Amino acid sequence: MQPRWIYFAMVAGLVSGASISALAATVQITMDKLEIAPAQVSAKVGDTVEWVNKDPFAHTATAKNGDWEVMLPPHKSGTLVLKKAGTFEYYCRFHPNMKAVLTVTP
Amino acid sequence: MFIRLSAAVAALSLVTGAALAQGAKPTDPQIAHIAYTAGVIDIAAAKQALAKTHNKDVKTFAEDMVRDHEAVNKQALDLVKKLKVTPEDNDTSKTLSKNAAAKLAELSKLNGAAFDKAYVDNEVAYHKAVDSALETTLIPDASNAELKSLLQTGLKIFQGHEQHAEHVASMLK
Ligand SMILES: [Cu+2]
Repeated sequence: MQPRWIYFAMVAGLVSGASISALAATVQITMDKLEIAPAQVSAKVGDTVEWVNKDPFAHTATAKNGDWEVMLPPHKSGTLVLKKAGTFEYYCRFHPNMKAVLTVTP
Repeated sequence: MFIRLSAAVAALSLVTGAALAQGAKPTDPQIAHIAYTAGVIDIAAAKQALAKTHNKDVKTFAEDMVRDHEAVNKQALDLVKKLKVTPEDNDTSKTLSKNAAAKLAELSKLNGAAFDKAYVDNEVAYHKAVDSALETTLIPDASNAELKSLLQTGLKIFQGHEQHAEHVASMLK
């Protein structure tokens, strides 16, 4: 028999988890056959961007201004929580012909 | 340097030109063999670089080349197996391998910064030459749709490597 407070904490966790996800969205971007899609994405500060790498090649999502870099091993995804507003051009460091833009609004 | 670079590009144009001059378009088994050979050559060049270089950027670049070209070639092998196609050796593949062996021998005599520069410059020229062969001959001549699509992905990989190599070259100056 579990103490009642653990049960309570679990329910509270579920509830707060739900309220967080209601406020902040997750935006998905895929990398497939060296194409980033969609190539133009808008999101808000606090949102999470998830890059899904469908290729058997490693890629990166690297901000041109050096603010952030997400490593994307073959067939893996990586996430970034957006902290700063602005227009971010980003590219893959291994294949600089892979380019896209992420617009972050406050 | 310009002479050397254009010479390398010209060498591959000659190769693809020669294949065209024979009047016969390369067949899918030959195209698969050429594309696979192009990858094998770049892996061998990268392994030589990994054994010789002391430059961190060159080492990282060479590791990327091994990883990507092994992945592309694995896809190519899976595809030919699925299509029950046996890659067929041909004059273009033979010339590519012969030129690559000469390049490995030439680079083996260099060391340090001279090696790094020669390796990276050749990577730029080599990827450029393969890009143009893919664009002008191999992709248009491939009949199987899946092979064509794999070659198109290969082209994007090679173009990406070309830009990556140019970036490394600019850091070596
Ligand atoms: Cu990439």
